[in-house]
Amino acid sequence: MDARPDARRQGAALTDAGDDAAPVVEARGVAKTFRDGTAALAPVDLVVRPGEFVTLLGPSGCGKTTLLNMIAGLVAPSAGLMRWWGTAVAPTQVGQRRVGYVFQSPTLMPWTSVERNVRLPLDLEHRSSREAARATADVLALVGLDRFARHLPRELSGGMQMRASIARALVTEPPLLLMDEPFGALDEFTRQRLDDELLALWRLKATTIVFVTHSIAEAVYLSTRIVVVGARPGRIVDEFGIDPERPRGSDWRASPAFGELSRRITASVDAAGLATLDER
Amino acid sequence: MNAESRAARYTAPAAVAVLLVACWQWIVVANDVPPWLVPSPLAVARTLVADRVLLVDSLGVTLGIALAALAIAVVLGVTIALVFVQSRTIEVSLFPYAVLLQVTPIVAIAPLIIIWVKDTRIALVACATVVAIFPIISNTTIGLRSVDAGLADLFALNRATRWQLLTRLRIPSALPYFFGGLRIASGLSLIGAVVAEFVAGTGGAGAGLAYQILLAGIQLNVPRLFAALALIALAGVVMFAATVGLSRLALARWHESEAPRRD
Repeated sequence: MDARPDARRQGAALTDAGDDAAPVVEARGVAKTFRDGTAALAPVDLVVRPGEFVTLLGPSGCGKTTLLNMIAGLVAPSAGLMRWWGTAVAPTQVGQRRVGYVFQSPTLMPWTSVERNVRLPLDLEHRSSREAARATADVLALVGLDRFARHLPRELSGGMQMRASIARALVTEPPLLLMDEPFGALDEFTRQRLDDELLALWRLKATTIVFVTHSIAEAVYLSTRIVVVGARPGRIVDEFGIDPERPRGSDWRASPAFGELSRRITASVDAAGLATLDER
Repeated sequence: MNAESRAARYTAPAAVAVLLVACWQWIVVANDVPPWLVPSPLAVARTLVADRVLLVDSLGVTLGIALAALAIAVVLGVTIALVFVQSRTIEVSLFPYAVLLQVTPIVAIAPLIIIWVKDTRIALVACATVVAIFPIISNTTIGLRSVDAGLADLFALNRATRWQLLTRLRIPSALPYFFGGLRIASGLSLIGAVVAEFVAGTGGAGAGLAYQILLAGIQLNVPRLFAALALIALAGVVMFAATVGLSRLALARWHESEAPRRD
């Protein structure tokens, strides 16, 4: 990947940790047991390579979010080793490359405008205000919110708030984008449109995406690889690669391969007994 | 909110007030109640006008004490809250003493403060501050802690410093809680000022409204007692309204408690 976002920092004082050829994320025997003794995640191995669109698919409460938070560097594993771009420096540490994170809910600051929300990551690193303004205007246009820059989050619909949240994750041009069921709370129409827009963004920005969902159809529609996560404790049950040269958009959704893959994943989920699990 | 209900917000309580005062006047006149027992509203109004210099001076004294106490309570209370949120240990060690301050009746502490502090005015302000500070401390502390977990993660992911976290996330999140505390504190500062004046019993040039009530009670000058009471109540309402206005000014654009409903 040639995107080196931190190099744009004035004077490029910080060099990026890690090297570009290494896997974006490498989890080796990573496990998480919470302080109260609940095993959230059994030892898991996961390698995410540059340019991949990996989806973690599983039922609610299976530890997908815990795994995603460990990839983000927000949660430290209780066992095992995490590597990002070949080093053990977490993305939350200064000097490491940035990671964009889109949460389940829009998670916008209600007291300030869409524009101030989106440029927050740039403001926090004291980027010059002209540069920040330009980058913010660019991503807002990219997600179609340029006309709503001055609005407050509460004045936007749920789908538009989610777009603002995505814009904020993209504003630093992160080489890795993490998304935790970002469209789960939206209606089906909005969700499909945002799925399409997300695919367009992924190809345009050539970033790596790790996406969490509990929808088989959404996983098959978006991903280049699907990782099925089982519950209690969370573990990797199965993996499915999808030909990156496949048709896109509604052609793909209507194709026999789409149905066949969905059927195989459903069978895998059933075999693992995941569908019978109670919600937490 | 539509125009009709907005108008009703002011006209309805005003109508109730007019009705109550009219009833009061009618009962006093009809039963020939003597003014040293219950004066008529008209008699109270006449006293307000006749004693206006004395009463307005006293109102100034009491209001001055209450406002000074409120200002100190805000500055000190917010500072203490900011210290509390720096670490759980600090909060756990010190919070019980803040509670102790709150649950000890001010009438019980006031004589001590008045003995210890030479300047009576400062002693009165100190008493009123003790009464008013607790809601500011407790509300602001809760507010500074009530940060959206997702936003906290976002700030961590973007490597925000402690200072950035405080100024860009904790303080804005705490504002609605702070203003809730300020509303309560504004009333308490006035109560604290009046109670402290009662205990101190200072007359002369620095006499506040509480002293006028005390004196009028002894002299059975009940119309003046009522007039002073009315001024205290009015001062309380004005202070409360001012904090409500301030809160609306700060939060109206974004917070649920103040934002206009969308019809």
